[in-house]
Amino acid sequence: MSSAVSRARMVRLRDGLSALAFLAPFLVFYLLFLVYPFGLGIWISFHDWELVGSFREWIGLWNYEDMFADPQFWRAVRNTLTFAAMTVPVMVGLALLLALGLNRQTRIHGALRAIFFTSNVLSVTVVTLIWIMVLSPDRGLIAQLFRSLGLEPIAFLASTTWAMPAIVATTVWWGIGFPMILFLAGLQQIPGELYEAARLDNASPWRRFTRITLPALRRTFVLVAILQVIGQLQIFGQVLIMTGGGPSQSTRSLVQTIYETGFADWQLGYASAMSLFLFVVMFVASMAQLYIARQED
Amino acid sequence: MASVRLRAVAKNYGAVRAIHEVNLDVEHREFVVLVGPSGCGKSTLLRMIAGLETISGGEITLDDQVINDVPAGGRGVAMVFQNYALYPHMTAAQNMAFGLENIGMAREEINRRIAHAASTLKIEELLQRRPKAMSGGQRQRIAIGRAIVRDPKVFLFDEPLSNLDAALRVQMRIEIAKLHQRLDATMIYVTHDQVEAMTLADKIVVLSAGRIEQVGTPLELYHTPRNTFVAGFIGSPKMNIIDGKVAAITPEGVDVETPSGRLAIAAEPAGLAIGDSVRVGIRPEHMGVGKPGDGLAVVVEVVERLGDETMVYGTIGDGTSVVVKLDGTARVRTGETIPISVAATDGHLFTMDGEALRRTPAALEGLFDV
Ligand SMILES: Nc1ncnc2c1ncn2[C@@H]1O[C@H](COP(=O)(O)OP(=O)(O)OP(=O)(O)O)[C@@H](O)[C@H]1O
Ligand SMILES: [Mg+2]
Repeated sequence: MSSAVSRARMVRLRDGLSALAFLAPFLVFYLLFLVYPFGLGIWISFHDWELVGSFREWIGLWNYEDMFADPQFWRAVRNTLTFAAMTVPVMVGLALLLALGLNRQTRIHGALRAIFFTSNVLSVTVVTLIWIMVLSPDRGLIAQLFRSLGLEPIAFLASTTWAMPAIVATTVWWGIGFPMILFLAGLQQIPGELYEAARLDNASPWRRFTRITLPALRRTFVLVAILQVIGQLQIFGQVLIMTGGGPSQSTRSLVQTIYETGFADWQLGYASAMSLFLFVVMFVASMAQLYIARQED
Repeated sequence: MASVRLRAVAKNYGAVRAIHEVNLDVEHREFVVLVGPSGCGKSTLLRMIAGLETISGGEITLDDQVINDVPAGGRGVAMVFQNYALYPHMTAAQNMAFGLENIGMAREEINRRIAHAASTLKIEELLQRRPKAMSGGQRQRIAIGRAIVRDPKVFLFDEPLSNLDAALRVQMRIEIAKLHQRLDATMIYVTHDQVEAMTLADKIVVLSAGRIEQVGTPLELYHTPRNTFVAGFIGSPKMNIIDGKVAAITPEGVDVETPSGRLAIAAEPAGLAIGDSVRVGIRPEHMGVGKPGDGLAVVVEVVERLGDETMVYGTIGDGTSVVVKLDGTARVRTGETIPISVAATDGHLFTMDGEALRRTPAALEGLFDV
């Protein structure tokens, strides 16, 4: 009796150890590059911590108090949320439309799929350069379009009204390929017989879309939306290169503020506190989306 | 009334011709089964009737109206797919209601029809479930229910039972037969299972490589196959085909010399002369153990005892394989040579091209009286 119990315990121990052995490589990376820096970030955020040098003083929650009282910070938060609120719906909607339009097995559709995906592999520098040229009020594509219509060209990136939408357009153009591919993969999972059955059932194209296609894409939808929210809340490169946060701070983003606080002003403690805030926002947003998705299932 | 007529119907996929000018009449209330080997065009033909494939040539009429260009939903046909094709995000009831909602039917009428179909198929307790939460057989019933509520002129089935296990297949087969009687509906049913074909059909259509080989009642195909293809396709195990030469022409038929003995076949000798090569067809169930020196000498290779019957797999003189079905108590052993006798009236005779020679009236006597 007791020997049987101890044998069972031995087996469980052996299974646990072999599981650990399989997990070890990943676990090491996980601890080294995720858990440790994350913990360190929290630790640093309780300090007045200079990037270079050895000045490190424990100041408790002061960084957080400063942060919540800092209008610069709130401005960046607002800009970032505005940017995400404009980009994510456009990105998701447009990616779905493109996927629907390109979900056909002809050579032309294949070529178009490849073209739309290509912008995805360009670096942020290339993408922003292209768009700075396109948006240039002197010789840009859009400026010429305006002139040919007899309109005065707009200096998009120098306008507090238009700089943000211009960055949104750039970002959508840059990132549309990946969500489009995810939607295409989702569409290709839907058995063709369902549409045939729907044809026999006299379903209009709209009914087929709302009753078969959309429900089948729900999981893809949630995935794309979460990835987009996480990605777009970290907007940085486009702003830095295209506007530098201007004009008059109208496009300054949170990550940009974190970057400048940490690496230009050397206030690593304060920057860490803001990073943690951004993390919490992204975490809450993702969980909320997952929760909503569960509810409807 | 619901009769379907196909006139010289053809289908091309690019340069490939999948269906060659098929003519077929399906009468009101008839249960027609399309059978044939994989890739012969059964599904293609059915899908053309459904309106899911375009028609490359010829004409399909439903109640004397040409429907070539009528969209699938407007033809008054319902189809049950092999993989059921139930809408995964709808409950069983919603699946059935979908087609009716689309034509703007009143809610009470929809509910009445669903309730009626549900009681016919005994699926009341499944109505609020999604397909995910059902077994294969239950999904099959919902798929049939979805067809029934539309009250179609013609039901089309594309191998509806092939995803079910053997026992369930038999049960559903019987239920479909009952359904046909109860609904008085015209049904066209595709299968490659010849037992399904034999048991369900009023009329079987045997297809091969996009052409109709023969159309007839199950017993017609069994007793008077038009060629070796149909002879081999209908009946299980397959009919044995043995090459031979005409040895004599008698008042009763033709005597054929095979590599393992002489057989008399009650078939019309039309156009045959002594010495001509012919093919003899004998079904395994028509063979029996005869007196030594009689009929065919078969070398036994494998004996399968199934209890009620014994299957004997052997070869004859020229190496042709033959299957013999004997009763359960037959004394046969591997390695021995047994004399197999065949009644002349049970044999079939084919030309070397595989065309059947007509069986004599004596051979056909009583076969269709059942
Ligand atoms: N979309 C298509 N494009 C090209 N060829 C096709 C297409 N659909 C079917 N075919 C060809 O047409 C022929 C008939 O196909 P079909 O699906 O009707 O066969 P089937 O008799 O239903 O076979 P199975 O018993 O395997 O279902 C096959 O040779 C097939 O390769
Ligand atoms: Mg098929």
